[in-house]
Amino acid sequence: MAAVSKGPVALALSSRWAKPVVFALGLVPLGWMVWLGLSGGLGVEPVAEAVRQSGLWALRLLLVALAVTPLRILTGQAGLARFRRMIGLFAFFYALLHVSVYVGVDQFFDWAAVWKDIVKRPYITVGMGALVILTALAATSTNGMVRRLGGRRWKALHKAVFVAGAAGCVHYVMLVKGWQYPPFVYAAIFLGLVALRYAKGPVAGWSGGSVLAWVSPRRHEGH
Amino acid sequence: MLIKVRSASQASENEVTPRGLFLSRRSIIAGGIAGGAALALGGTGGLPGPALAAPFQAPLTVSPKDPKMDAQTPMKSATSYNNFYEFGTDKTDPSENAGTLRTRPWEIAVDGDVGKPTTFGIEDLLSFPLEERVYRLRCVEGWSMVIPWVGFPLAELLKRVDPTGNAKYVAFQTLADRSQMPGLKYPVLQWPYVEGLRMDEAMHPLTILAVGMYGETMPNQNGAPVRLVVPWKYGFKSIKSIVRITLTQDQPPTSWNRSQPREYGFYSNVNPEVDHPRWSQATERRVGEFSRRKTLPFNGYGEEVASLYAGMDLRKNY
Repeated sequence: MAAVSKGPVALALSSRWAKPVVFALGLVPLGWMVWLGLSGGLGVEPVAEAVRQSGLWALRLLLVALAVTPLRILTGQAGLARFRRMIGLFAFFYALLHVSVYVGVDQFFDWAAVWKDIVKRPYITVGMGALVILTALAATSTNGMVRRLGGRRWKALHKAVFVAGAAGCVHYVMLVKGWQYPPFVYAAIFLGLVALRYAKGPVAGWSGGSVLAWVSPRRHEGH
Repeated sequence: MLIKVRSASQASENEVTPRGLFLSRRSIIAGGIAGGAALALGGTGGLPGPALAAPFQAPLTVSPKDPKMDAQTPMKSATSYNNFYEFGTDKTDPSENAGTLRTRPWEIAVDGDVGKPTTFGIEDLLSFPLEERVYRLRCVEGWSMVIPWVGFPLAELLKRVDPTGNAKYVAFQTLADRSQMPGLKYPVLQWPYVEGLRMDEAMHPLTILAVGMYGETMPNQNGAPVRLVVPWKYGFKSIKSIVRITLTQDQPPTSWNRSQPREYGFYSNVNPEVDHPRWSQATERRVGEFSRRKTLPFNGYGEEVASLYAGMDLRKNY
């Protein structure tokens, strides 16, 4: 392929400001929640609302992280790849915040009650499962860990992000009362993102194939 | 009679009591009927909302049935944090969307196993002797409030229709009108919302039909113009915006039981020992407070109602 001069999007993505900007964006939901908390915007049950909002942001950012690779291939913007880890780590951050507010504020460190919840409430069991997976992925997200584990093993481990995503969606579907549609919107987006990884598309560089082929962070770089 | 001791930090009574209630209380005192009642009310009621509803003009008798006299939840909280899925599933949806509910004219048809089937207009309901009842309200989701309701015992209404010997249960039905209730678009539950009580529960003096709260006409989002309040059961039993009451021989269907029979039983008495499959019921957070408190059996009304369930296995009859 002949060398082509980079377009404005590619230039922006490769700018040294791009990562700080994405990092700042990742903190916006936190800032918003803090603002709401201080201004009374979390309503009359602020603890429950803080748990709800942080959980929603964890799930949203996890879906955004899972959208990076399909988006990179569909748009041909190879520069998107370098934001995936940061977005995934933000998803982990909000999941951790979600659980911290539940354990530390809602239950006020009543570990016995928390443990009972984990073993007795299937939706909490599933949610905690997602957190455990995200913790393992966050802990092994550094370049050093990729080297230490070796590319193949690292990739196999990080496929678990799909399990975490599924668990996050199921957790949400299970916790609402009655038949409510918003959790199913999240689940549908998740399934769509998984399906994309199996699709054989007409887009240049779309090779189709297994999930394995698509979780590789660097495979398609250089298009 | 319990006398509430006011802490110095609390506002004096006439600063916070809604005007109508204040005036009516003056008339009670003036009439020399029950001077002590005003003291016992412990008027920590919420501030009147901005032109939310007209205050009651009818004199109220005051019955502080709540033995603990917990601090009342601010009216603003009780009118902005609601489960009324006919207006949406978010807690703030009912206060935002219930403006479309038309509460005049309003009728409740009372029929079934009764000698005198009767349709009560809202004016008929408002002509029952109204009382203020300060009750704890415990939601199955693990939060609670303390609300001063205005209403009258359901038993008074049922006596007027002359229940027959076959009447073992009372079924209630909420309005289901798509033009007034945007939430009906979604099949969150099977509409209309229905609830039920056993006859002895319905006749119990603690069970009231409420037509107001905080001394004012019932706000739409809280179940205007008339709702049930059964303080020893989870909040969803206290059905809102009632249009029909039917006395039956058989146990009637109830909405949440129909939706999730494993999670919601017919009785749904507040019980810290019996968990909802998804939520522990051991503790609750009083709205406005930070830490959780222990949930009391029958929501603290065991002395009055536990005998209704003598000999019943409350784990099975949840």
